[in-house]
Amino acid sequence: MKFVTVSGPPSSGKTAIILQAIDALKERRFQIGVVKFDCLVTDDDKLYQKRGVPVRKGLSGALCPDHYFVSNIEACMKWGLEKDLDILISESAGLCNRCSPHIKDVTAICVIDNLSGIGTPKKIGPMLKAADIVVITKGDIVSQAEREVFASRVRQVNPKAVIMHVNGITGQGAFELSTLLAQTEEINTLKGKSLRFSMPAALCSYCLGETRIGDEYQMGNVRKIDLSSKPTAEGPKPLTLKIFLIRLALMRLASPERWKSCLPG
Amino acid sequence: MFARLTDDHLDDMGLTLDQLRSALRDYVEGMGALQQEIDTVEKLTIRGGFNKDREAEDFELDLIPGQITCIVGPTGSGKSRLLADIEWVAQGDTPTGRHILINGQVPDAKWRFSIEHKLVAQLSQNMNFVMDLSVEEFIRMHAESRFVANVDEKITSILVQANELAGESFTADTPITSLSGGQSRALMIADTAILSRSPIVLIDEIENAGIDRKKALALLIKEEKIVLMATHDPILALMGQRRLVIKNGGVAKIIETGQAERDNLEQLEILDRKLMALRHRIRQGETLETI
Ligand SMILES: Nc1nc2c(ncn2[C@@H]2O[C@H](COP(=O)(O)OP(=O)(O)OP(=O)(O)O)[C@@H](O)[C@H]2O)c(=O)[nH]1
Ligand SMILES: Nc1ncnc2c1ncn2[C@@H]1O[C@H](COP(=O)(O)OP(=O)(O)O)[C@@H](O)[C@H]1O
Ligand SMILES: [Mg+2]
Ligand SMILES: [Mg+2]
Ligand SMILES: [Zn+2]
Ligand SMILES: [Zn+2]
Repeated sequence: MKFVTVSGPPSSGKTAIILQAIDALKERRFQIGVVKFDCLVTDDDKLYQKRGVPVRKGLSGALCPDHYFVSNIEACMKWGLEKDLDILISESAGLCNRCSPHIKDVTAICVIDNLSGIGTPKKIGPMLKAADIVVITKGDIVSQAEREVFASRVRQVNPKAVIMHVNGITGQGAFELSTLLAQTEEINTLKGKSLRFSMPAALCSYCLGETRIGDEYQMGNVRKIDLSSKPTAEGPKPLTLKIFLIRLALMRLASPERWKSCLPG
Repeated sequence: MFARLTDDHLDDMGLTLDQLRSALRDYVEGMGALQQEIDTVEKLTIRGGFNKDREAEDFELDLIPGQITCIVGPTGSGKSRLLADIEWVAQGDTPTGRHILINGQVPDAKWRFSIEHKLVAQLSQNMNFVMDLSVEEFIRMHAESRFVANVDEKITSILVQANELAGESFTADTPITSLSGGQSRALMIADTAILSRSPIVLIDEIENAGIDRKKALALLIKEEKIVLMATHDPILALMGQRRLVIKNGGVAKIIETGQAERDNLEQLEILDRKLMALRHRIRQGETLETI
């Protein structure tokens, strides 16, 4: 199975370009599935379902969605393998500009739109900086000059990436994107793989700088995705304060230096 | 510089020292590539593939700078796909199976992906500006992103040309978002002709643009661009050297603009000027009881 991570700011056009690429890939007889990670709500799963694409969603609630992503992505890989997919695509909204879901040796796409303003590429951080492919959307709405300026700003932030323009509505560029997806390496487990960037302080082992993937490396506030086929309507329940504090105390014991600087007392 | 970075700094950025070093090296290389002189395109060759019924197109066509080629055909016939094949420098790897050659050769892969060697600039139908800048600031920003020399000179010449194309004049201080449709298009065409480094310009229907279409095309040709234009406007179509007639996903016919058509172009232009004059009279609040 091929596996690709797609991230990008909210409403940048991730779902739109994934759907366009899926149409092109289906013509090439690929079996494709999607897992969508978001924070509070998403209807993207319905959009994928409507096109007959197997999809699962996970909502991270109070957690940083990228932290939630890394704690669950291995299980999602297993789901994709069980479904006998040729390509599994993960879509995650980059709600926290400091984190990024990109994994070493796994093709990483960042979607960013021309309307977001020319200062945006600089603000996005690792999600854009560490991507292999940067897809720029909504080129139909701006001028040629603005497209050029925007693309050169992206280039400054990520000099190595393949930068492509794909239109989420007309599908211009989607066939070309699908060619790149079809060329990615086969990969059947994430065991032993690492994130491209460490994630900053929050509440799980990944907050503490862990980059290795796998159950044995996860501790603290880790939330597990529900991959059963029944639709999950509600998001995760908020933690009670007590559990939260106990976990915090455990984390401080596990790594005192790291927590000294940011907690009172 | 590296010595002064503490672990805390790096931690905040989520980087190791090695990652930072390699990012810096990538940056310097990338920016170097942007400043490199672009290769000149003397000839663009389209080698036919197949239409939607897998019938061979059976043609090979050379386009050279200064030429205008029009693309005609009904909606859904494959006009955009042909333009996309060119932009992607297709090598038999698109639904049409077409091949695109540059200077007679299978081109370097850099044409496909690089921002700095982008083969194609596109003037699309929908031409809005979204940045909050004056005309001058806007051109300057574009010029700087392209590492162009003599920026001030370029700004002046773009402004002069754009005003030639637009009916109503505007100045360097006008905010780009307050330009009229015609002024926006005029500025975009002048900017693309003079600043864009892409040797090929694709134009999607500029007929109702409120600009001097003939001057616009003349400007692009003067700047040695290869122009491809999807259009159904008779005047624009006859200004081209040839028309590619697209049917069912394939180039069904190539019509060279002949002398008889060229002679008729003059007639069409007289009609067009007459219509323009009438439009002007309507704008001035006159009646059209006698025309
Ligand atoms: N004009 C234009 N609109 C686009 C383009 N791509 C996407 N859109 C529109 O932008 C809006 C957001 O697109 P989505 O694909 O839902 O964005 P997303 O990144 O998946 O959003 P989230 O998953 O909610 O973060 C939709 O209304 C799309 O129709 C494009 O290329 N041009
Ligand atoms: N030769 C071809 N073989 C297969 N599909 C094609 C071919 N040419 C065009 N198509 C497909 O037909 C559809 C319509 O083409 P498009 O270029 O959008 O038409 P137009 O721009 O003329 O309205 C697109 O999905 C395109 O990929
Ligand atoms: Mg989405
Ligand atoms: Mg079209
Ligand atoms: Zn985060
Ligand atoms: Zn975490």
